Amino acid sequence: MTELCDRTAEELQGLLASGEVGAVEIAESSLARIEAVDEKTKSFLEVTGDLALEQARQVDERRAKGQGLWAVAGIPLALKDVLCTKGITTTCGSKILESYVPPYDCTAWSRLRYGGGVLVGKTNCDEFAMGSSTENSAYFPTRNPWNLETVPGGSSGGSAAAVAAGEAVWALGTDTGGSVRQPASLCGIVGFKPTYGLVSRYGLIAFASSLDHVSTFSRTVRDGAALLSGIAGKDPMDATSLPTEPRDYTAGLADGIKGLRIGVVREWLGEGVEPGVRSAVEASIERLAGLGAEIGEVALPHTDYALSAYYLIAPAECSSNLARYDGVRYGHRAEGATDVVDLNMRTRGEGFGDEVKRRIILGTYSLSAGYYDAYYGQAQKVRTLVIKDFNEAYERFDLLLGPTSPTTAFRLGEKTDDPLSMYLADIFTIPADLAGVPAISVPCGVDEKGLPIGLQLMGKHLDESTVLRAANTFEKDLGFSQRPPLVEEVAA
Amino acid sequence: MPVEIDVDHVARLARLALTDEERERFREQLALILEHAERVREVAAADVEPTAHPVPQKNVFRDDEPGECLTQEEALANAPEAEDGRFKVPKVIEAE
Repeated sequence: MTELCDRTAEELQGLLASGEVGAVEIAESSLARIEAVDEKTKSFLEVTGDLALEQARQVDERRAKGQGLWAVAGIPLALKDVLCTKGITTTCGSKILESYVPPYDCTAWSRLRYGGGVLVGKTNCDEFAMGSSTENSAYFPTRNPWNLETVPGGSSGGSAAAVAAGEAVWALGTDTGGSVRQPASLCGIVGFKPTYGLVSRYGLIAFASSLDHVSTFSRTVRDGAALLSGIAGKDPMDATSLPTEPRDYTAGLADGIKGLRIGVVREWLGEGVEPGVRSAVEASIERLAGLGAEIGEVALPHTDYALSAYYLIAPAECSSNLARYDGVRYGHRAEGATDVVDLNMRTRGEGFGDEVKRRIILGTYSLSAGYYDAYYGQAQKVRTLVIKDFNEAYERFDLLLGPTSPTTAFRLGEKTDDPLSMYLADIFTIPADLAGVPAISVPCGVDEKGLPIGLQLMGKHLDESTVLRAANTFEKDLGFSQRPPLVEEVAA
Repeated sequence: MPVEIDVDHVARLARLALTDEERERFREQLALILEHAERVREVAAADVEPTAHPVPQKNVFRDDEPGECLTQEEALANAPEAEDGRFKVPKVIEAE
C-alpha cells in the first residue's frame, strides 16, 4: 500500500486538483510518517507540525473557493537547517546558533511559502554544512533509511533521509562541495544542483559564498524540476543571483535524448571507485546509448587537483564568513570573559565543533600573510583551469557523466577520525561546484549490499533543461522503484 | 614536503580558543590535509587568472529605494545581551 507521503509531488498535485484528497490529509500523512520513523532516521532537528497543518488548511481553503494552486502548494517540504525561517529556530546544526530565531525568511522558502508550500520541519546537517555524513551535527547523527547502521551522506543528510523515508515529499538542501548530490546518491533519491546564481542565496547562512548552491531533493526528476521552478530566478537581495526570469523547468522533460552528446569522464571510473558503483554506471552508459545518446569519452585533467583546490578555497571563505559568530549580535556567548577579544575567543571555542574549527584554522592559515599566494591564490588559479576543462569538454559534449560518489553509504563512525578520507567522499561532486555548472544525481541501481548508487550528469551553465531531460529519460527507462526497507516496513 | 601549521598563532588570528588536546590533534590532522591541498602547487599556473566567482557579474545594483527593514527590537532580539537599544559587550578600552 502506498501512503500519501510516499507519492510523488506530481501525483499529489493531481489528487489535489481533482479534489480526491486535501492538503491537510497529505500533511497528516507526512507527519504520521515522521512520528513512525524519525526516532530511527533522526532526519529532523525540529518538526513544525502545527505550522504544516495551518499552511495545509490555507491551501484547502483556496481550493474550496475554486482558486488556482501553484505547483508547490500543499506538498510537504523539509528545509535544511541552514536556511533561515522567520520565527523558527535555525541552528546550522551548530551549538553556536542553538537558540537563533531568524527575523526573516530566506528567499527560497519565502517563494515557496507564498506559493502554498507546507513546511514539515527543519532537517539535520553537518555543522554549517561542513561534512559528508551528517555526523558533524552538534546534535545527533542522521541515519540512512536504507540501512540504519550507515550514514545518509552529507552535509544535507537530514533532508535526503527525510525524502527517502517519506517524511517529506521533497526538500531543499545546499550543495557546496556535493552536499546535495552525494546524500541523494547514498539515499536513493534525486538531488539537483542548479547553475550557481540561479537560486538566490539570500537567507542561506553562508559557508563558502562562491560555492554555496541552494539545491533540491525529490524522488523523481520531474518533482525536482517542479521544485526548482518554485525557487529559481533573479533576487535583488542577492548580488550574485543571475538575471533570469522564472520559468517552468518541467517543460520538455519527455522530449527524449536522441542525438544528445554525452561525455563519460574517463578518470572517474578508475581506481578508488567501488566495483558495484562502476558496473552500475557502466550499465547506465549502455542504457543512455540505447536511448539514442551519442556517447564519447572526455578527460578533465585538472579535476585531479579540484579536491585540493576546494579544500583551500572553501575553508578560506568559511573562515571569513564565520567571523560573524563573535558572541555579540546573536548566538552563543561565553560566560566570564574579561574583555572583548577573550569573549570572542571563548565563545567560538565553546560554540564550534571539531570540523568547523579545523576549517577555520586551515582557511585562516591559507589567507594569512606569507601563505596567501602559495595556497589561496594558487587554488583560485587551479579553479580557473578546472572551469577551462569543463568549457573545452562542452565544445564536444552537451552533458558530462560519471558516478556521483565513489562509494555507496558507509558505516557510521567509519571516517570520523580521518578528515581526509571523509573529504574524498566529495571527489566527483566538487568539480561542478567549482565550475558552477548544473549537475544532478539520479538513482541508477543498488550494490551487492542493497545500497543505492547515484549517476551524475553535469551540464552547461544555465542549461538545466538538458540535464533534467536526460535524467528524466534515464529514470523513466530504468524504472528504479525500490524503496528503503524502513519504508516497506511502515507502509506494509 | 612536511607542513607544520603554527596552530597557536593561526587560532589567535581566527579568535578561536583551543584546548591543549584540540591543539595537538588539529596540528596532526591539518598537516595531513595540507599535504594533500599542497598539490595545487604542482600545477603550472603562473599566467592563469584566478577565479573568485564561477559566474562573475559586475556592477550589480538595485534601485536605491527605502524598503522594509528590521526594527531595532527585531535586530536585538537574538543578542546575548542588550541594553538601551544597543548590543552590550565587555569593556573594550582600559580606563587610564
